[in-house]
Amino acid sequence: MKASLDPSRLAPADMFRASLIGLRTRRLRSILSGLGIVIGIAAMVGVLGLSESSKSDLLAQLDQLGTNMLRIEAGSGIGIGTGELPDESVAMVGRIAPVEQVASISEVDASVYRNDLVPAGQTGGITVKAVDTNLLATLQGRMASGVFLDEAASDLPVVVLGSVAAQRLGVADGSSGTIIWLGDEWFSVVGVMETLDLSPDLDRAALVSYPTSEAFLDHDGVPSTIYVRSDPDDIDAVRSVLPATVNPESPDEVEVTRPSDALEAKEAADQAFTNLLLGLGAVALLVGGVGIANVMVISVLERRGEIGLRRALGATRRHISIQFLGESLILATLGGLGGVALGSAVTALYAWSQGWGVLIPTVAVVGGMAAALIIGVVAGLYPAMRAARVSPTEALRTL
Amino acid sequence: MGSVVPAVEPVDTRTVLALAGVTKTYPGTPPVHALRGVDLAIHSGELVAIVGPSGSGKSTLLHVIGTLDRASTGTVSVAGFDVDDLNDKQLSSLRSRHIGFVFQQFFLLAGESALDNVADGLLYTGMALSDRRLLAEEALEQVGLASRMNHEATKLSGGERQRVAIARALIGTPDIILADEPTGNLDSKSGEDVVRLIEDLNTRGTTIVVITHDRQIAARFPRRVSLLDGRIIEDTGVVAGGPVR
Repeated sequence: MKASLDPSRLAPADMFRASLIGLRTRRLRSILSGLGIVIGIAAMVGVLGLSESSKSDLLAQLDQLGTNMLRIEAGSGIGIGTGELPDESVAMVGRIAPVEQVASISEVDASVYRNDLVPAGQTGGITVKAVDTNLLATLQGRMASGVFLDEAASDLPVVVLGSVAAQRLGVADGSSGTIIWLGDEWFSVVGVMETLDLSPDLDRAALVSYPTSEAFLDHDGVPSTIYVRSDPDDIDAVRSVLPATVNPESPDEVEVTRPSDALEAKEAADQAFTNLLLGLGAVALLVGGVGIANVMVISVLERRGEIGLRRALGATRRHISIQFLGESLILATLGGLGGVALGSAVTALYAWSQGWGVLIPTVAVVGGMAAALIIGVVAGLYPAMRAARVSPTEALRTL
Repeated sequence: MGSVVPAVEPVDTRTVLALAGVTKTYPGTPPVHALRGVDLAIHSGELVAIVGPSGSGKSTLLHVIGTLDRASTGTVSVAGFDVDDLNDKQLSSLRSRHIGFVFQQFFLLAGESALDNVADGLLYTGMALSDRRLLAEEALEQVGLASRMNHEATKLSGGERQRVAIARALIGTPDIILADEPTGNLDSKSGEDVVRLIEDLNTRGTTIVVITHDRQIAARFPRRVSLLDGRIIEDTGVVAGGPVR
């Protein structure tokens, strides 16, 4: 007979096998309770993934457009000016040291039509603007077809159309030499611009050069809007001196905005929405966790006989609790893996359909798995403790 | 955790189980006196029936002998270890290596083969599964179920299931096997097979205590301990020259 007692031991592999028994023998129930975690994690990964993907798209857009552009407008309305900026303002702004590019726009009192037979009222909402020839470069815009206004054609009846204006006037190709009726003259379309994200008003405009507007449209050339590109490091300094530079007499009548702010504001709004969805995902996860806890508690009640047997076979209370905790953890881990896979798939599919770059943030994957594990432990803790507390004699009385 | 050295060295190496003045009282109003001073010694190689009507304290006695429950007063020593000196963990260790259990309800794990169910008999000794399976094969051969090794245990017939459970109790060659109404859920034919198996195992040296309310079965065993109202009313005593390991 032995004179010493080796402690009860459960090899890690056996611990894992023991934890799988409940899942193996009650498959449907396990799948259903794991589904709660799958949905919760998928929602969180999906929301984070989609918001990151759309953000990366926006950042790429901002990067391309630049955040160093300022837009100067004459304040208009009752008691705040005439809607026009002083003649010399463009030159003044150009003298501010960090300013790299300046381009102005002036509203022309004319309408544009497909031909001279279209009734005067059907303007299609297209405005006519006289612009500097460096406007496209200043806006960092691109031509969809044809060329932008240049010095060579600056006093010829030529026009460049914004993307929406071209569509409304039925001009598909800016380089085909289509003619349109502008003011009281026939103008040749020399180019069509791509959509301008930072100045959508130009998408609905027909642009002519200043000399052209003076020669053919009897326009005075007073600017109403100025676009400025400055050194990105000095953007705030430039912004603060602009009103007084543009209109020293009444700086209050000058409005300076940064168009990229609008995109950033949109991003901030998206972020609020993302947080809301994340909250919903967290609720789903919580419900999933409660589901697991519920199933585990029932499982402990149903498996009292097994618990009693295991105690009789030499399991300590700790072995029993670890088995049930392990079961909950495995369930949650599988749920987490399923959720990460599903969330990533949804993100990839949606981002792909939107033409965004697919970006599944590591924090979402790692965070999702971590959340699943934490849920698994928390949900399994109480049932595991209950299982450990079951007295072996009580458990074995179960029929 | 290191090895635990028992407080008392086994006095009589042939005594597997010794109870002295054991009582068990369950608190309540009025308190239930399930055992009222039981003295019992069982020696290595014995086959003992503990018999009594329901409510006589049989199950309580089995739980106390099996260290699943502690006596209120008195001393219990199993396989040379004084149960009073062992904590909960140490009792688990004692059960994992020195005591085998057979239950009326079999308690086999669903979804596992007969072989793995038997191998689970040594689950909490930390032995590797491959080694346990080798021993389980031997144990299943001993109970005549070698051909059913890979069948799912819970899908076998009642008699076969109980034989799997006996093999599971047998696998670690424990000092004592405690069988609680082992034929209680079986038809008479299967019950007879199981009783024969128990007798057969005993002749090969296994110490077995069978708890039963069935006097006919008890009558076939060499030693009978009758229990009534928590007291031993009859003990046919140790059979001289009984098998010794």
